[in-house]
Amino acid sequence: FPGLTDVSISEDIPVEGEITVPVGSHSPDEDFSTLDEPVRDTIMRDLKAVGKKFVHVMYPKKSSALLRDWDLWGPLVLCVSLALMLQGGSADSRDDGGPQFAEVFVIIWFGAVVITLNSKLLGGTISFFQSLCVLGYCVLPLTVAMLVCRLVLLAGSGTISFIIRLIVVIAMFGWSTLASTAFLADSQPPNRKALVVYPIFLFYFVISWMILTFTPQ
Amino acid sequence: QGGGSAVIDMENMDDTSGSSFEDMGEMHQRMKEEEEEEVEGDAGAAEDEDGEFLGMKGLRGQLGRQVADQMWQVGKRQASRAFSLYANIDILRPYFDVEPIQVRARLLESMIPVKMINFPQKIAGELYGPLMLVFTLVAILLHGMKTSDTIIREGTLMGTAIGTCFGYWLGVSSFIYFLAYLCNAQITMVQMLSLLGYGLFGHCITLFVTYNIHFHSLFYIFWLGVGGLSTLRMVAVLVSRTVGHTQRLILCGTLAALHMLFLLYLHFAYHKVVEGILDTLEGPNMPPFQRVARDIPVVSNAVLNTTAKAIALTL
Repeated sequence: FPGLTDVSISEDIPVEGEITVPVGSHSPDEDFSTLDEPVRDTIMRDLKAVGKKFVHVMYPKKSSALLRDWDLWGPLVLCVSLALMLQGGSADSRDDGGPQFAEVFVIIWFGAVVITLNSKLLGGTISFFQSLCVLGYCVLPLTVAMLVCRLVLLAGSGTISFIIRLIVVIAMFGWSTLASTAFLADSQPPNRKALVVYPIFLFYFVISWMILTFTPQ
Repeated sequence: QGGGSAVIDMENMDDTSGSSFEDMGEMHQRMKEEEEEEVEGDAGAAEDEDGEFLGMKGLRGQLGRQVADQMWQVGKRQASRAFSLYANIDILRPYFDVEPIQVRARLLESMIPVKMINFPQKIAGELYGPLMLVFTLVAILLHGMKTSDTIIREGTLMGTAIGTCFGYWLGVSSFIYFLAYLCNAQITMVQMLSLLGYGLFGHCITLFVTYNIHFHSLFYIFWLGVGGLSTLRMVAVLVSRTVGHTQRLILCGTLAALHMLFLLYLHFAYHKVVEGILDTLEGPNMPPFQRVARDIPVVSNAVLNTTAKAIALTL
């Protein structure tokens, strides 16, 4: 093998590059000094992060901000507000037509956990909490739909209001599903995306159904 | 204090507060600061200071901190090992290794009874399809319960739906597996779960259609047709894996009965009432249990009316 006798790099070609690992936005100094900053700064920083993720959900582009800095504040706030709005009637009324707070809470979190486990078992590259974060944030359009439904129900509960509510809920359901698949489907092998999308579809369908069939007492 | 004592006096370690985990972070921070100080310059002065610093707290402080650090490492290692052993979802990974095309093919196959029952039929031990079908059934059941205005007093709608569907899938699978063990049938637990799960596809279709279109005759047609087809498929597969007439009869009779009866129960338990017969009869004297009447064929109307009147009189 004559070509292998000289395998050294010739000296006039400079070997250069970077061996730095991209560090996260926090340097170790910052981590330790956040104890000294005013509480307002801490809260505002977290609120801004949550707000930025809300914007990402409403305009789902393929950005990795939602995945990189996951947090569960947003999902918690959305879940609690949705469960509060869906709470119907008092416990001893004969027409107990609405789901209770705990039921909605459990459905959302249990459903998100099941979907995450499913996507991990199907060979997904996304981590457990990242997936929970995405699924929780994508409940935002459905929370908006719930608000709109309640406002419409204040005006009246005839056929027209039902049609308006139906259209709004269907639109928001589609938005939620599209937003979450935009983030989650990328982490799957390409031929299995449908297997991951179906449980997400079912999950948001159940939540949309609970919103649509909500009737206030 | 620091002295030249060769014996480390453990009694005086309380002033260092270095034997607790809270100081780990502080120690690391100090070490990093010490490194940075050395890098920036003032090497001599910094080292002198560091030497002084170490000398003051001395061996006792450092020893304490090292012990705490070691315990922390060991604890973390043990915890992560235990976690990776027990919470390993990779055990289930092979059962979810499917392609969408395979799932679709198996769904369609679950409605087609096989003809060859003398040769053991192959059952795919896959859990994705059955799990998704059970969740779909839960969603359809919720829809049915909502439209029929079912009121559950001791529990929640969602809990009942999930409990019913998962209970059926897991419970009946285990029961038939147990019977299969008694009857010497060649089937594993995962295969049984898979078989029964795909058999729920017929249930999903039937309930989806009949919860929305409320014709009784339509339900019976679907019950016999769709339910019957999926039951026949499961029965044929089981028969192909069992030897002996009595065993085949026991196994398949039980499975067929349970499967068909489950569909019947799901329909009649949560069926929307078109006209409440008891409603018009009793009015405000409704009994507290609000499960309203189903669509009852005309034949038994008279019986029901008299019974209801009797109950109303006794209340």
